[in-house]
Amino acid sequence: MSLLSSQVTTRRSQMTLLQKIGQVNWGLIFLLTVLASVGFAALYSAAGGSFEPWAGRQMIRFAVGVVLMVGIAVIDLRFWYRFAYLFYGVALVLLIAVEVAGSIGMGAQRWLDLGVIQLQPSELMKISLVLVLARYFHGLTIEQIARPHYLIWPALLVLAPAALVAKQPDLGTAILIMATGGTLFFLAGVRLWKFGIIIAATVAAIPIGWQFLRDYQKQRVYTFLDPESDPLGAGYHIIQSKIALGSGGLWGKGFMQGTQSQLQFLPEKQTDFIFTMFSEEMGFFGGLFLLGLYVLIMLYGTLIAMRSRSQFGRLMAMGIMTSFFIYAFINMAMVMGLLPVVGVPLPLVSYGGTAMMSLLIAFGLVINVYVHRDLNIGRRGQLEEA
Amino acid sequence: MKRENPRTKIFNRRAALLVGGQVGLFGLLVGRMYFLQVVEAEKYKVLADENRINLRLLAPPRGRLLDRFGEPLAMNQLNYRVVVVPEQTGSVAQTLDVISHILPLSDSDRRRIMREVARKRRFLPITIKDNLTWEEVSAIAVNAHDLPGVSIESGSSRFYPNGPELAHVVGYVAPPSEADLTGDPLLELPDFRIGRNGIEKVYDLALRGKAGSSQIEVNAAGRPIRELARVEGESGQDVVLTIDLHLQKMLAQRLAQERSAAAVLLDVHTGEVLALASSPSYDPNEFSKGISPSLWRALLRDERHPLINKAVSGQYAPGSTFKMMTALAALEAGVIAPETHVFCRGWVELGDNRFHCWKRGGHGAVDMVDSLKHSCDVYFYELARRLGIDRIAQMARRFGLGQTVGIDLPGERAGLIPTRDWKRATLGQPWVQGESLVAAIGQGYVLATPLQLAVMTARLVNGGYAVRPRLTRDKIIDRQIVEREPETWPSIGVPPQHLAIILRGMHGVVNDPRGTAFRARITDPEFAMGGKTGTSQVRRITAEERRNGLRKPDEIPWRERDHALFVGYAPVNNPRYAVAVIVEHGGGGSTAAAPIARDILWEAQRRARERPEPLTRVAEKGTERAL
Repeated sequence: MSLLSSQVTTRRSQMTLLQKIGQVNWGLIFLLTVLASVGFAALYSAAGGSFEPWAGRQMIRFAVGVVLMVGIAVIDLRFWYRFAYLFYGVALVLLIAVEVAGSIGMGAQRWLDLGVIQLQPSELMKISLVLVLARYFHGLTIEQIARPHYLIWPALLVLAPAALVAKQPDLGTAILIMATGGTLFFLAGVRLWKFGIIIAATVAAIPIGWQFLRDYQKQRVYTFLDPESDPLGAGYHIIQSKIALGSGGLWGKGFMQGTQSQLQFLPEKQTDFIFTMFSEEMGFFGGLFLLGLYVLIMLYGTLIAMRSRSQFGRLMAMGIMTSFFIYAFINMAMVMGLLPVVGVPLPLVSYGGTAMMSLLIAFGLVINVYVHRDLNIGRRGQLEEA
Repeated sequence: MKRENPRTKIFNRRAALLVGGQVGLFGLLVGRMYFLQVVEAEKYKVLADENRINLRLLAPPRGRLLDRFGEPLAMNQLNYRVVVVPEQTGSVAQTLDVISHILPLSDSDRRRIMREVARKRRFLPITIKDNLTWEEVSAIAVNAHDLPGVSIESGSSRFYPNGPELAHVVGYVAPPSEADLTGDPLLELPDFRIGRNGIEKVYDLALRGKAGSSQIEVNAAGRPIRELARVEGESGQDVVLTIDLHLQKMLAQRLAQERSAAAVLLDVHTGEVLALASSPSYDPNEFSKGISPSLWRALLRDERHPLINKAVSGQYAPGSTFKMMTALAALEAGVIAPETHVFCRGWVELGDNRFHCWKRGGHGAVDMVDSLKHSCDVYFYELARRLGIDRIAQMARRFGLGQTVGIDLPGERAGLIPTRDWKRATLGQPWVQGESLVAAIGQGYVLATPLQLAVMTARLVNGGYAVRPRLTRDKIIDRQIVEREPETWPSIGVPPQHLAIILRGMHGVVNDPRGTAFRARITDPEFAMGGKTGTSQVRRITAEERRNGLRKPDEIPWRERDHALFVGYAPVNNPRYAVAVIVEHGGGGSTAAAPIARDILWEAQRRARERPEPLTRVAEKGTERAL
């Protein structure tokens, strides 16, 4: 594949900025742009055929985000390696700050109002966690990984933010953080039977954890198990989403013709339920197209990860891609009624500035791994040329 | 490539595993999408349509009520109301404050509005005030900029242009109560009214019409987006009454001069009611607006019972107007010849009781025609003694007394014609002869409604046909109004020569200088009327009172005064109109009731000349006519 067989003519560590920009993976950026454009069209339709209030803003954010993404892509990979703990530390402090002084929003404390922008530290944490775990596992040999006490530190790195986020309470994000962390453990080579123990312990802990869930969280699970039990209350979202999806049929009702979405039967159609609206209007085949785009992006990212010479780069790229996948999967499974309703947006398609920015930053890191694919980083972070 | 270190190998293997798992999970999503969008697509399409289409009923305009010449008696009027949409105004309370400077709003209005604001969805308009005057509408329009979310809406409300003058005929409409709800969704429309009384009630189904429907696409909040389809309803059918508005108004105004009165004017051949009034009346428009509790209480408490249609629901002792029945029964039984004289000395004795004639000195020798003319009670006591009650009752029933005569108005009462069997069955006591004497002069147990007396008079003067009264020219078959075929009334089997004797007496009552109603005669010979006065005692006159001399009428409290009655017909040579008038506690029939009858009969004939209508005669089937 051309992706992997690109000619190595220069020493990656000494590339000029221009050379780096030349190495940026424009194919991936193209796919991301197509995906985001699907989002623009859907937001345009969600607003009843208007760029206001969503599509226009989303486009501006994407444009700004792409510039930011390229900027992040060309910063030396070792910069990210070096400052991984700093980012993680900042993100953790912000999470605590939210806990202490966070403003109340949507019944849960998630936002930190910095005056200019509202920061969601959990978004920052998701990326920082990938960075810090990639760095940690980068420094471990396969023998060290096999020893359990080497896993205590990274486990704490995962559990600390997960506990803080769960306390907000944002159970969905807490689970996402744990899943992302687990993915990195898995990719780093932790033995599978250890996962088995963790999973068994988790299952055993579910009845205990259930008691700590808030009522609305319990309700969401109940509703997921039997949406018809409360058709006008909590089950309303799932039922309406299924009606909208199902009535779309094979070919959909046509762009901007989705009766359920356009008539507001569908809640939050511009954010969490945007896939429903898209599928109602574009049908089964439209949905397939969107799924296909996600699969292409995932494969692309996986190949980038595999192509990297440094363990740090591999882990970081694959960690980000998996996190991206989990988001997309949970969102779509939720609107199809396969998972409980958790507030997870559809990556790059749902309306939302923070999510868009953090996703593009994350993809900037993936591209960064590609740009610096031949850069070898020593176990202690020193440069090791291939 | 350099040698792969084991970490890389593990990573690559596991990354491939991971991405494979991810693609697999996406495959699961595809499967789910296929299930929802292909396998179950039809089911969800139906659900989606049910979601968005809202069927609304359109209230049909209610049919009008018209008089016999097409004058409107009840119609639908545009009515303006001011509404507020809570979501379009900052604060409803504030808006109401501003509005109250323009429109006076009571505290109870405010409470009702705030209650509705709390209950209804915020985009639904809430009525602030109904039935605005034009001045109020313009005052609100001028101040529109201060009143965000406030607008004027128009609707339709029932309007009775003649107000109280026709209230007891047309009745009124009101919102359906719980008990009226039959499951017909039309009844649940907010502006829907059903007939509560009068013609509005009897012909309610035909007047209602059929509801139209409108399919409206709504969003999840129920807010209408656009109309998809519309089926226009059928307006209710107009009902043409037999009432002549001109005569009706004249009669109502004439009765309104009395404290409490009722009257019916009939066409003696067709039974068509030309005028029917009960006084005091009420304004039916108050009911379509929604009557205020205080007015409602006042109407209920009024001792003159304005809500009751006394013309059909009021039962009175008919007094001397009943004497024709006794006379006809006597003629038919052959217990007396018309020219036979009975001597009246002012009273008769029966057992221990003395029965008095109204004239203390007595009338001397009277025959049948004289007895009617002077309304001599003793003559009829004598007839009663010879007849017994049952034969009198039988005759009275043939003339429509003692049973409902079947007018198309609610609340019609049957009156009462006593018989021996009746007394035994209801009171458990045997009949005594003295009661026959009292009944013969229309007192005692005998009760009749003014409508029955008018029908009785019509049957007396139309040649003895059992005419029935009616208020509409059409009738309803299967919710549809169909024109009535000309009806043929059966003969009641009284020989014309008997009727002729009675009519001679009734002619004399008015036109003989010694007749009881001579002062109320119509002087124009072409319009001359005949009739019979009646005075019915409300309470028994005690022997002591009789000894001390009867009190003057104005010394007696109103409630204890006699009812004044008069039945009449005109013209005497070829009768066309029959009338029955009662003035409650009005004193004597000749002074209180006869002049009203005279006025309405005169006006009816004058109007017939001015606006002639073909005379519909009772189908004659070869029977010789009495006149």
